[in-house]
Amino acid sequence: MLQFLQLVVSGAAIGCIYALIALGFVLIYKATETVNFAQGDLMMVGGFAGLTAMSVLGLPFALAFLLSVAVMGLLGMATERIVLRPLLGQPAFTMLMVTIGLGYLARGLVTMIPYWGTETHTLPVPYKDEVIWLGGQNGLVISVEHLAIIIATLVLVTLLYLFFRYTRLGIAMQATSQNQLAAFYMGIPVRRVNMLIWGLSSAICGAAGLLLAPITFVHANMGFVGLKAFPAAVVGGFGSIPGALVGGLIIGIVESLSGFYLPEGFKDIAAYVVVLIMLVVKPNGLFGDNLTKKV
Amino acid sequence: MHFIFKTRYEQDIALFKHAGQRFWYSILVIGLLAAPWLLSEYSLSQLTFIGIYSIVCLGLMLLAGFTGQVSLGHAGFLAMGAYTEAYLQAHGWPFLISLPMSALVAGITGIMVGLPALRVKGMYLSIATLAFGFILEEVVVRAEPVTGGNAGRQLGPLTIGGINFDDGVNFYFLVIAVAVLCIVGVLNLLRSPTGRAFVAIRDSEVSAQSMGINLSHYKTTAFALSAALAGIAGALYAHKIRFITPDQFGFLQSIELLMMIVIGGLGSIQGAIFGPAFWFIVQQLIVTGKDWLPPAIGQQTGLQPTIFGFILIGIVLFEPMGLYGRWLKVRTFFEIFPFYRKGMFKRQKSYMKSERMK
Repeated sequence: MLQFLQLVVSGAAIGCIYALIALGFVLIYKATETVNFAQGDLMMVGGFAGLTAMSVLGLPFALAFLLSVAVMGLLGMATERIVLRPLLGQPAFTMLMVTIGLGYLARGLVTMIPYWGTETHTLPVPYKDEVIWLGGQNGLVISVEHLAIIIATLVLVTLLYLFFRYTRLGIAMQATSQNQLAAFYMGIPVRRVNMLIWGLSSAICGAAGLLLAPITFVHANMGFVGLKAFPAAVVGGFGSIPGALVGGLIIGIVESLSGFYLPEGFKDIAAYVVVLIMLVVKPNGLFGDNLTKKV
Repeated sequence: MHFIFKTRYEQDIALFKHAGQRFWYSILVIGLLAAPWLLSEYSLSQLTFIGIYSIVCLGLMLLAGFTGQVSLGHAGFLAMGAYTEAYLQAHGWPFLISLPMSALVAGITGIMVGLPALRVKGMYLSIATLAFGFILEEVVVRAEPVTGGNAGRQLGPLTIGGINFDDGVNFYFLVIAVAVLCIVGVLNLLRSPTGRAFVAIRDSEVSAQSMGINLSHYKTTAFALSAALAGIAGALYAHKIRFITPDQFGFLQSIELLMMIVIGGLGSIQGAIFGPAFWFIVQQLIVTGKDWLPPAIGQQTGLQPTIFGFILIGIVLFEPMGLYGRWLKVRTFFEIFPFYRKGMFKRQKSYMKSERMK
């Protein structure tokens, strides 16, 4: 039983990372109907940004965290402005290809930047390798790295909830993602809002990258973790924000459990098996709206 | 510009629209036949690779460019073909039977992927194929008795009817022959009712359905054919490389195949050949050109992905029809000189075609 709980906790921590990246997808998808395949790579760039802030600039972790999240936000906005906006209104496949291209480019460019390179780096977080014992010496062992992820995700999601619920910009973003044209008629600058959504999404990914960094280290192929956020988003119902969170947790926990109880090899594909089953059984996901296309 | 005055219905579906095309394609065939005597051994080997990749890209083009179904797991079909060929060859099957068998096995896998894919579309389909690609890669790693797992699998020498095809020139002719057969086959398919149905599905599923096209039947067919072509290419690839490991058929390979067809020009058969040709030529240019660059840039492993990433983004932004589209523009410019106008191929600003229901 303890073993099981242990696995669930570590699965939930990784699941939170998937959830954050999936949240990034969902925000962008809801607003612009673009499936952003570069989301994982944005996360990777976020990890590197944090690394640079800590090791090169010598900032403390908290400051580096804020700085790299801000930098990632700007990067996301710049990407939208330069690459995505000229393609507004093009078919979904065009957008898919351009984001695939962005991801491919990011993986290449990162290795060319001096100091970043192809090596694996360790992010020197203050809470590295610390554990907390719950319920005495024989109780649950939670590593602080995992705990930090879970708490940070909860805080981020709460902040996002408040942002979407109470701020003007948040409500404008909701309106844009529900119906662009109507939002435009109501005086919302849809393009600028889209740009801000890209910024927001990429900032969330940057945060995810920094949280994940102590566990997986920082390297150029770190972004492939982002591919597992697709299953998370689909399981939760693409386009639903609470769905992304739940989907991420489900994928993370299933992955962690199958790594232990099932034969070797199942861990890596658990997320994909779950998503295939989900697509066959309930293609709209757990929280997705069930509507059919009209001509 | 050729204005063809059509007097017979057959002219509408003729493979060659006019004598000029017949002439230039004949020159191309002669050039390909003469290539072994004109090119160095290394260039010939690169040309063989272009031939093999053209076959995969042709299949992917059929699926993505003509039926509008994006596959992010196409390397999986390639793997099916390659491993079937390796397995059957080791069990003494002759190549002329094992090659169609590779196509068949890959095709059946294609149907298996296509069937659940019928329930989903657009982005969900891409994610389903992505998931499939990852699962298949893992299956290949784990099925060690058949595939050799991560250690890889060696292929024996290739002989057909007593003739040794291992030598570069013979194998080149084999690949070119198979590639030409595949291209002609796909061209014929596209002018048949099946091909027309594919294009109709790509343009609008709803209107295709209301014209009486059975969506599930044609989508499955598209998946099967596309996978079968990838299977053929996989078998040839296995013989070309002679040593196959699962990581050759990973996610990156699928992505690169998609990039090739987008660079070549989505929705044109020529694009499926331009794409891989461009890819291999640029790759070669990077390899030769990097000594000229300062070592800080030239010796980086990330140089090639960076360049291809920029090329892809550039193509999507500025030349949505890919290299083939650029070629059309250049040709039109000269054909109607001096009357070419800037906006002749301008893509129309369309309103967002929403997949949403509201």
